[in-house]
This record gives sequence, C-alpha cells and structure tokens, in this order.
Amino acid sequence: MSTAAANPTSAGAAAAPRQGTRSLGKRVGGVLLTLGIVLALWHLLTAVTGLIPPMRFPTPAEVGVALQQIAIDGYSNGRLHEHVLRSVLLVTMGFVVAASCGVLLGLAMGASRSVEAFVNPIFLVLRPIPPLAWIPLAIVWLGLGDAAKMMVIFVSAFVPSVINSYTGVRQIDKPIFEAAAMLDVTGLRYWREVLIPGALPSIFTGLRLSLQASWTTLVAAELVGAVTGLGQILNQAAQDIFPAMILVGMISVALCGWLMTLGLGWLEKRVMPWKALS
Amino acid sequence: MIGPPLPAQRFWGLTASGAASFLGLWTVAALSGLTSRNFLPAPWDVVERFGQLLVTPFAGHVLLEHLASSLKRFAMGFGLAVLVGIPLGLLMAWFKWIDRIITPAFEAVRFVAPIAWVPFAALWFGTGIGGPVLIIFMGAFPPVLINTYRGAKQVDRKYIEASQMLGASAWRSMTEVLLPAAVPSIVAGLRISAGLGWQSLVGAELIVASSGVGYMMVKGQASVSTATVMCGMVAIGFVGLLIDVALRRVQQAIETRRGI
Repeated sequence: MSTAAANPTSAGAAAAPRQGTRSLGKRVGGVLLTLGIVLALWHLLTAVTGLIPPMRFPTPAEVGVALQQIAIDGYSNGRLHEHVLRSVLLVTMGFVVAASCGVLLGLAMGASRSVEAFVNPIFLVLRPIPPLAWIPLAIVWLGLGDAAKMMVIFVSAFVPSVINSYTGVRQIDKPIFEAAAMLDVTGLRYWREVLIPGALPSIFTGLRLSLQASWTTLVAAELVGAVTGLGQILNQAAQDIFPAMILVGMISVALCGWLMTLGLGWLEKRVMPWKALS
Repeated sequence: MIGPPLPAQRFWGLTASGAASFLGLWTVAALSGLTSRNFLPAPWDVVERFGQLLVTPFAGHVLLEHLASSLKRFAMGFGLAVLVGIPLGLLMAWFKWIDRIITPAFEAVRFVAPIAWVPFAALWFGTGIGGPVLIIFMGAFPPVLINTYRGAKQVDRKYIEASQMLGASAWRSMTEVLLPAAVPSIVAGLRISAGLGWQSLVGAELIVASSGVGYMMVKGQASVSTATVMCGMVAIGFVGLLIDVALRRVQQAIETRRGI
C-alpha cells in the first residue's frame, strides 16, 4: 500500500514539482492528523476512562516518563542511544559481512552450473531452517556474547542474499548474454558489466529481505540473552512488568528497522540510477 | 553465457561430492578431539539422537508431541490471521473510509518485528497458548491483509459496476465479485504468511512456551546437547517445507483452474 502511495509522487515530481510539494505537505498533514487522533484515543482509553487497565497497556504520559528515564538516567545497563547504537552496529557489521559473502556465492552459483551443483545439497538442507531456529545453536556454541549474535545475524542475512543473487543472474535476458559473447566480454569485465548490473535489482530485493531478517533475529537473540541492546530493554521491561518501557522498546525496534530499510532504499537508488528512469 | 544444463553424470558427481565434503568436514571437526562430542556431535550422533527423541520424552514430551503442540499453535495463529485478514482486506478495498483509518495504523504496526511483541504477548495472554498465538498472528497477518487488499483493488472496474447495476448490495459485491477475483493474490499471500508465521512460532517458543519444538531446543541448549538442538532445527525446517509445499499445491491448482 505504501508503494502505491509513493509511486505517483515520485513520478509526478519530475513533471510538476509544485504539485509534488503540495501533495507532500498534504501527506505530512495527514500523518500529523492521524498521530493526533491516535494519541487522543489512546489517552482517552487508558488515562481518562481506564477501559484498558494500566497494568496491561501504558498511558501516553507513562511512556513519556519511561522515555525520559531511559534517555537520561538509563535503564537495563545503558541509556537509550547506547542500546540503539549497540544493536544497530551489530546488525550492520553482521549484515555487511553476510551480504558480501552471500552475494558472491549467489552470483557464482548463478554463473556456473558446476558451482550450483556442488553447493546445492548443503543449501537445500540449510535453507528451510528459519533464522530464529539458529539462536539455540549459536548460544550452545558461542555463549550469550556478541559472537553468538554475529553468528545468527550472519546466518539469517546469508540465505536471502544467496538465493536472490542466484535468481538475479538466471533472470538476465538471453540477448544480453549473446551480445556480451559477441563483443567478447570476458573475465572481470563480464562480471562487472554483465552479471552484476543484470542481477542488481534482484540482489537488492535479497538485501532488503536479509536486512529485515537479521534485524528480527538480532532482537530475538537479545531477548533470549544480552547485556545491552534493544531486545534486552524488552526483556528487562517484561521481567519488571513495566508496560511503558516495553512500548518504548518496541517503538525503538520499529523505528530503527524502518530507518535502516530507508537507508538501503537510498543506496539502491544511488547504485541503480537507471531504475528511477524506467 | 551460462552453459547448458550439466550432463546427468557430472551433475550427480558434483552434488555427491558437495554433500560428501560437507559431511566429511563436519565429521573431521567432530572427531578431531578439539571439542567434546556433546558440543559438536558427529552427523550419525544427530541421527541417533533423532531416533531417541522419537521414543523417549525430552523436556516432557517425545518429539512428535512437541511438533503437534507447535502445529496446534501455528494453526490457531495462522487461522486467526486468515479470519481477520481476508475480510478486513476486502472491506478496505470496498470502503475508502475504512482504508483511510486502517492503513496508517497498519503501516506503523507492521514495522514492529513480530518477535518484539513477546513481552506484551506474555503480559496479556500468558505463556501457554495465547502468548505464542499472538506472536504468530503478528507474523502471519500482514501478508494476508496486503495481498487481499491488492488483489481486490486490481479487480476490473467493469465487473464491480456490472454487479452494482444489477442491484447487488455491498455484501454481495464483496463476497461474489471482489473475493473470487482476489483469490489468486490471497493464496500467494497465504504462502508468505504461513512461512512468516512458522518462523515467528519458533521465536515465540524459544522465549515464551512450555512445550513445542522451540521449547525442546531451548532445553537442549540448556543441557548443552547440540544434537538435540540440531534435531529441532531439522524438524522445524522439514515441517516448514511441508507447509509450503502443501500451499504451493493449492496455489497451482487454483492457477490452473483460472488458466493463469
């Protein structure tokens, strides 16, 4: 639904910039209006009428207090920005390493049927295992520290990168290969100018899935056990039965996930300028 | 140019050597004596453990009972997502004002990873059935809703106009025009949603549950029995695959009947 809303504005922005800005203003206004209504309803249901008991769901004011507490005094071994930084840093590192390996392997599997035949049996067994199911194994092997988290992030980001890079290469139009063969494009140039650009749209689909999977998995791993991190906030808040802090943790998880996806979208536009034209 | 398919002999040769080198490396690492066999079991240890789990209870139940209780939770969460997602998607496609209210809220909630609902799930519904079901629902719901909505939105306007001209009520237009036309899109959504729901279930059982395959794995982890954890992973992967294959069959049957 968001894509349907975003497309007309991005297409209209080039043709009629004035209309674009107006609709942007309208959209911001709409979002603010919705936020206002939600806040008012929320306040009404929890604080004014008490239809939702405070032990079940916090009032807006309580969330404000919890946010202030974690941002200034800290909660569960750290202040909010420390938790956020830790989780985001871990995910970024694990994601970059896993995506680089995964994309390379996927491209190799796509380009060579021999590599595909060799790797496939291993992949067929590992692929259906959900990323979250690796958490207990990572804990047995590496304990509750960062190493275990890197392992689960790696596994969850690796599989989608491989699959989509592989499909990307296999979906390249045959005439492009024929043209490359006719022009005698081989070796490194063949990879840089034919395989990689041809597979890029699919590679980015894979990267987006990888990023989402690794973020979810990290939060889950931190919920199972960690010293700091956003999942740890959730864990601690659940143990303390502190609904306002649970909500702060959930909103932070959602916001970070959203911002990282936006960042990847920005990168996608930079890397594939031709896609915006078509 | 990507070459033609490999000759069968070469293909199977490479596949066999791939599998053999994976198992070989694993065996060498397990038998090297660098780690204990509990920590890194040999492949046949895992197979043996699998056989044991089928007959001797671990963490309270035998493997199949754990699987059954996982599947029961999954069916409830997934069923709930279908029961809410499809009607809501149709309503949103038909009534603009419902769309306007639901969409912003939905977009905001969707960015919360299903697993982040764990604390509220435990707080609201406990750790028996309700908590895990909420988490599965949170994972499985978005694809059902999105695909129903998109499928219903793509229905050719002239069918809707025809139904209205013939005096159909909103209810009949939705159930007899929008719904059948959206079915292929809905089924595609169901496949995604079953996959996500099954994944969320595993996460839920790792944290809040007292039975199920995920719980069995946590217990295996606590007693440093890597073989048990691996058996759980294989069982989860296999059942997830079965669910996907079943839904793909349904999808293909519908697509053949519709001539897509």
